[in-house]
Amino acid sequence: MDLYEYQAKDLFAAHGVPVLPGRTVDTASEAERAAQEIGTAVVVKAQVKTGGRGKAGGVKLAQTPAEAKEKAEAILGLDIKGHIVHRVLVTEASDIAQEYYFSFLLDRSNRTFLAMCSAEGGMEIEELAVERPEALARVPIDPIAGVDRAKADEIVKQGNIPAEVADEAAQVIVKLWDTFVGEDATLVEVNPLVRDPQDRVVALDGKVTLDENADFRHESHTELVDERSQNPLEAKAKEKGLNYVKLEGGQVGIIGNGAGLVMSTLDVVAYAGEQYGGMKPANFLDIGGGASAEVMAAGLDVILGDDDVKSVFVNVFGGITACDAVANGIVEALKILGDNATKQLVVRLDGNNVDEGRRILAEANHPLVTVVDTMDDAAAKAAELAAGA
Amino acid sequence: MSIFLDENSKVIVQGLTGSEGMKHATKMMASGTNIVGGVNARKAGTTVEISGTDVPVYGAVEEAMKETGANVSVLFVPPKFAKDAAVEAIDAGIGLAVVITEGIPVHDSAWFWAHACANGNRTRIIGPNCPGIISPGKSNAGIIPANITGPGKMGLVSKSGTLTYQMMYELREIGFSTAIGIGGDPIIGTTHIDALEAFEADPETEAIVMIGEIGGDAEERAADYVKANVTKPVVGYVAGFTAPEGKTMGHAGAIVSGSAGTAQAKKEALEAAGVKVGKTPTETADLARSLVSRG
Repeated sequence: MDLYEYQAKDLFAAHGVPVLPGRTVDTASEAERAAQEIGTAVVVKAQVKTGGRGKAGGVKLAQTPAEAKEKAEAILGLDIKGHIVHRVLVTEASDIAQEYYFSFLLDRSNRTFLAMCSAEGGMEIEELAVERPEALARVPIDPIAGVDRAKADEIVKQGNIPAEVADEAAQVIVKLWDTFVGEDATLVEVNPLVRDPQDRVVALDGKVTLDENADFRHESHTELVDERSQNPLEAKAKEKGLNYVKLEGGQVGIIGNGAGLVMSTLDVVAYAGEQYGGMKPANFLDIGGGASAEVMAAGLDVILGDDDVKSVFVNVFGGITACDAVANGIVEALKILGDNATKQLVVRLDGNNVDEGRRILAEANHPLVTVVDTMDDAAAKAAELAAGA
Repeated sequence: MSIFLDENSKVIVQGLTGSEGMKHATKMMASGTNIVGGVNARKAGTTVEISGTDVPVYGAVEEAMKETGANVSVLFVPPKFAKDAAVEAIDAGIGLAVVITEGIPVHDSAWFWAHACANGNRTRIIGPNCPGIISPGKSNAGIIPANITGPGKMGLVSKSGTLTYQMMYELREIGFSTAIGIGGDPIIGTTHIDALEAFEADPETEAIVMIGEIGGDAEERAADYVKANVTKPVVGYVAGFTAPEGKTMGHAGAIVSGSAGTAQAKKEALEAAGVKVGKTPTETADLARSLVSRG
């Protein structure tokens, strides 16, 4: 789960990483009050889970509370790379002497963690990484040894952080590591990490991605979920415990078992859809190995509630689950849904007990259900039905 | 022959006494796996009955190995306890640890992988979050259904479980030397490259199917490896062309950030290495079929 800047900074503060005081607000008049309370010039910052806010006009300096209100009005409602701004952070404006870059992240290729550090932080860090990679230090971190003071000193040195603030920067890096490990993060990024005129080192921004697999040891992480930024269908699916992702611009609802097979189903539908005016998958929904009637009904309920969906493709390979159980699940699900089931279903079953599964569907003879034997043909049928609906 | 797992494999199950452990141990045994014991510190000294056979439960992996000569462990331990269980298997120096558990925090996987490396990689780890490995007709360590197909000359390595089953089904008339689901998590033990290396050396394997999905650069690295080291025919399939940027699709690993790790980039890398890549699983199976000898 990606966090907002203000959430990331709250975690930083809890682990002793220096941040500037600020308030998070939803309206322009609250922004004005926040600026009044802070009592200095402020920066009004859009809270969206994407980079490039500054360039998109989502970060503005305000000298007075009235100006803070004005800037907040301009920023709230902005669309930054598809993310609508619902909330701004009003924070003390800082005097910046230098901007550095720092991050801890998961290094999949080397199956370990990585620290990245540069004395040349700021908005152009991605260009820097490409054009002058030597200016961005990459230091592998052993997950068992972690980052102690000596390791932090090494990172600071390789990142060419100036000697006057090396000590302070190393202290901050140790605390950022505490955040990374203590919160089960897969990314902790600070850009910029600033040096102020008094040689203090402060995290002016923060990006944190948390590992949801570790939620069992972080009860407080569930409070960080922002329902407002969730698609309503995704929220509904989450409530039912379904692994669902809404895809924009699609017409064919997808249900399958296993993440890989479902991803493959999306591709096969998009590929087949080219023959039918560009029909595309409308969602990702993995019902997992079980595929019981209840789960199937819950899944169909979410997908049939999506107005974009014109037809549905149920693609199940009976591995651990037997196809007859899946077929019964579909029949039962349609009974549970009754008149709410209104769209054509194309079902492809293969694998364990496939003959019995197909027999059950044939016997039920539901007017909305078409059984097709192969995945490719079923995808084509679903695309054809969506195009005709 | 086969890779990593054969008729001489003696298998123990960590988490045998749990419901998942029992369910799948029963299936494994039915498919011919030599299950010699289970591990559960709280139930040491007892036995559990699986299909009429009494299977002893030991207090620790090391003890189970000493008593039974076990060389493979399959882990059905809940995510909370998976790190400790994996570390126990690594410390005991078992040859192969197959971690089926889904939902292990990546900091835990990173930790036990680092621990395995620090121990000189005496223990091959498959997974986590994987369906395991099957050498049909010989042994089955994990949850891959044994009734899909039998022994044969294809080798299969895949990130995804259900795509493993789908591909085994598509090529059921040919059969497999070994099929491995390596798992889709960001940090896994055995990689595509490890499997390619072993299949290349395995005389029974005639052609190799590798299945990848979006995220990371494992497929790109595998492509480089194939170009330099693999003489047997390899066909590939990559899932996730239509996955939008920045959205996680089930597998923690199946996430795209920026242009790196996209399905298109992986497909191009594989094709540049001479690997034929199918557009759908069925087309991929057709390509694979055309590459093996008949009979």
